[in-house]
Amino acid sequence: MTLSATLAELVRDFRANGRIVIVGASLAGLRGAEALREEGFTGSLTIIGDEPYEPYDRPPLSKQVLKGWVPADHTALPRFREVEAQWRLGVAAIGLDRATKQVRLADGEQVPYDRLLIATGTRARQWPDPAEAALEGVFSLRSRDDAARLQQALAARPSRVLVIGGGFIGSEVASVCRELDIPVTLTERGSAPLVGALGGVIGEIAAQMQRDHGVDLRCGVSVASLEGDAAGHVRRARLSDGTTVEADVVLAALGSIRNVEWLQGSGLAAGFWGVGCDAGGRAFDINGVVTDSVYVAGDVARAPHVLYEYQFLAMEHWDNAVFGAEVAAHNMVNLEPHYRPHLLLPGFWSGQFGVNIKSVGVPPFADEIVFTQGSVKDRCFAAAYGRRGRIVAAVTFDHGKWLEYYAHLIEESAAFPPPPPGWDRPDVMKPVPAEFPAPGVPTAIPDVVLTGHDPNERRAEFRPRGH
Amino acid sequence: MAEETPWQQALRYANRADPYPFYAELRKTPVARQPDGTYVVSTYREIVTLLHDPRVSSDVRKLPARAPAPAEPGAEPITEAVIELEPNIITCDPPEHDHDRRTMTRHFFGPPHAPHQISDLEPDIRRIVAGLLDGMRGKTRIDVVDEFAYPLPVTLICKVLGVPLEDEPRFHAWIETALDALDFGPEAASEEMRSRLAGARRSVKELAQFMSGLLGQYAERPGPGMLSAMVHDGGPDGRMSEGVLVSNAVLLLFAGHETTVNLIAHSVLTLLRHPEALEELRRRPDLIVPAVEELLRFESSVQFWHTRSAVEDIDIAGTTIPAGAPIFLVYGSGNRDPERFTDPDRLDLERPDNEHLGFSQGIHFCFGAPLARLEVQAAVGEFVRRVENPRLVVDPPPYRHNQIFRGPRHVLVDIDGIRD
Repeated sequence: MTLSATLAELVRDFRANGRIVIVGASLAGLRGAEALREEGFTGSLTIIGDEPYEPYDRPPLSKQVLKGWVPADHTALPRFREVEAQWRLGVAAIGLDRATKQVRLADGEQVPYDRLLIATGTRARQWPDPAEAALEGVFSLRSRDDAARLQQALAARPSRVLVIGGGFIGSEVASVCRELDIPVTLTERGSAPLVGALGGVIGEIAAQMQRDHGVDLRCGVSVASLEGDAAGHVRRARLSDGTTVEADVVLAALGSIRNVEWLQGSGLAAGFWGVGCDAGGRAFDINGVVTDSVYVAGDVARAPHVLYEYQFLAMEHWDNAVFGAEVAAHNMVNLEPHYRPHLLLPGFWSGQFGVNIKSVGVPPFADEIVFTQGSVKDRCFAAAYGRRGRIVAAVTFDHGKWLEYYAHLIEESAAFPPPPPGWDRPDVMKPVPAEFPAPGVPTAIPDVVLTGHDPNERRAEFRPRGH
Repeated sequence: MAEETPWQQALRYANRADPYPFYAELRKTPVARQPDGTYVVSTYREIVTLLHDPRVSSDVRKLPARAPAPAEPGAEPITEAVIELEPNIITCDPPEHDHDRRTMTRHFFGPPHAPHQISDLEPDIRRIVAGLLDGMRGKTRIDVVDEFAYPLPVTLICKVLGVPLEDEPRFHAWIETALDALDFGPEAASEEMRSRLAGARRSVKELAQFMSGLLGQYAERPGPGMLSAMVHDGGPDGRMSEGVLVSNAVLLLFAGHETTVNLIAHSVLTLLRHPEALEELRRRPDLIVPAVEELLRFESSVQFWHTRSAVEDIDIAGTTIPAGAPIFLVYGSGNRDPERFTDPDRLDLERPDNEHLGFSQGIHFCFGAPLARLEVQAAVGEFVRRVENPRLVVDPPPYRHNQIFRGPRHVLVDIDGIRD
């Protein structure tokens, strides 16, 4: 038999009899499983998830669920096809042995695989002081259970909610509170809400929007400590500026932590920024050499992106989970030259204070911003982000239908600033500094992070934990 | 006389039943300048690009003044009848467009204000469809247009808007007269078409007066339906001015049923031309949802749109559309573009990734799409289920004159009966 015939036979055999394990039973895990079956994989498929629930959709948790429109347990993701998988739900993966190709579960079981898809995502960063975090009324928001608990707390009409952190989750929850007519204070260590993701110019607009809706917004301050009453219920927070905020519900919206601890000792390139992989989802080992049997998708993946100088991007976005998983699944059951790259232009949306915020590209990559369409005063506008004369991102407030235009410009590496529109021009159309916080300035970590490979930048030191 | 361009040929009435070979020719030049200076865009990618380009205006008032005496036949567009009204949401740009569309959406399908408005109409739609099909019992020959495709949408839109159904004969005649006079092709210069113009102007004026009267009545005495709601509650953007209200009410009434009539008629016609697809749909009624999308791609109810123009020079597909030039986006051609749709002239009810242009895209995406989908799914689905052994009598059927709102005048079908 020729080599290519042997390889083709190998692929056929793997598709029929191979064993694939997916660790992570959320959006990326489910869509990856569906894509594998769609690709014709009929071998055994095991999906491991630490939560007891079937895959559910997270975006509604900070919006419709908290408002009480949709119960937290009515968020199951629609299924596009049967996946005929063995589901191991409610049991976490706690270890990976790449030599014997086994995933170790919390209940002691070892699950063997031929190919593995890592889709363990992220979790909410908890309030750092464990005793304070344990106070009743202190919440974080990532899971269905988190949302159900916080929704109940809001339904009980607290006298004031304190939201710590002005990223997307924090801002959305503050918005829900105002919609429910609950007093809310939001603290943000940076200069404005959303500053990490969208920069200071947009952050200032977001800040004004919050204040107009009655949010007691405190920027440039952090929460030093939380205090409870005798019954162990949170009552107040002491801020870094010496003031106190009386609140009986506290949401710690401090960003996310990538779920990579279980990969300690696996020899994969896993660390603070996630699991490094190529643009086809194939994981790198600790030496930066690509592996053949381990794949990564979703929030936990970080891969070089052609549009952004091949810097490594970690994208905690919904469509990244879907498309990344589909690409990884495809590559899991194919060989060169049939590999596909995951070249998504990042994008996200948020709903807050009655405004639909959408973005494409990587705003924090930019140094300048220009308003291109609409009216900032009406909070109905589009703005483009540029870096060294090319457009790299765009954001819209209630102008989402125009995003496709900007996406097209970004894909073409078009000139910045883009040509002016034919109508509905903003009052000022001069590029200004986008005002992203310098690295090291404390703020929430933005949803898209550039984790860097530029030789001029200091390389992150990499120490696998537990050694 | 110079040879006619593919676009001019596509517009000839003789080619109304099958403009597709001319579209295929047209697509060889994705952005094609016509003798009158109009740029005709026929390929999917270029259409989508321009639909999202903020340098393209949809505002009729920004169209350049046309030469009074056309140098060659077909150079004179007949949009004046429309221009007498204030712009509606299809014929204006942001921010005007955004305010007006938001205000209208508030009373149509936009959650949280009216989340059930459309879905709650389904029982009505099913009742009307059932009644129309029941009415065909005992017949051996039906006209799908007059007896089926027309009555459903017109009844529905009257209910949604709050227009008395008894006024239907009047507004039907006005709309027909206006539509029949609109021509963008070489035949516009004909004696016949020129003579239709005066009548069309009168009809548009009468339709506007009729709407204005109705809105006036609702201003004094609120009633059911969207028109009354729009008169009384503009929401955060405030109420529309009377002129804008009238032109959008005219738009809603007319576009709210004409396009749906053509889609239902074309759907039945297309399915009768594809017996295997018809049989598949009969066996698997759930297919109706993707089927309607495919039918919309296959025979688009709005073939092109004519009010756009370039506000700046736009470089696209190796051409520069100069500032001021009118731009026609030919949805009907983009929907048959083989670069976007595999085997585009084949009807595939389960076509994957069917992001067709039947409802356009971008900010002018069809306002009535959710209602149209519901109506056509119910109508075509029930037709397929209940009508026994339908056979086309005349193929191709006679077409209406209008090039934008392209559809058959009659679709005669012989039938063996109506199932329960």
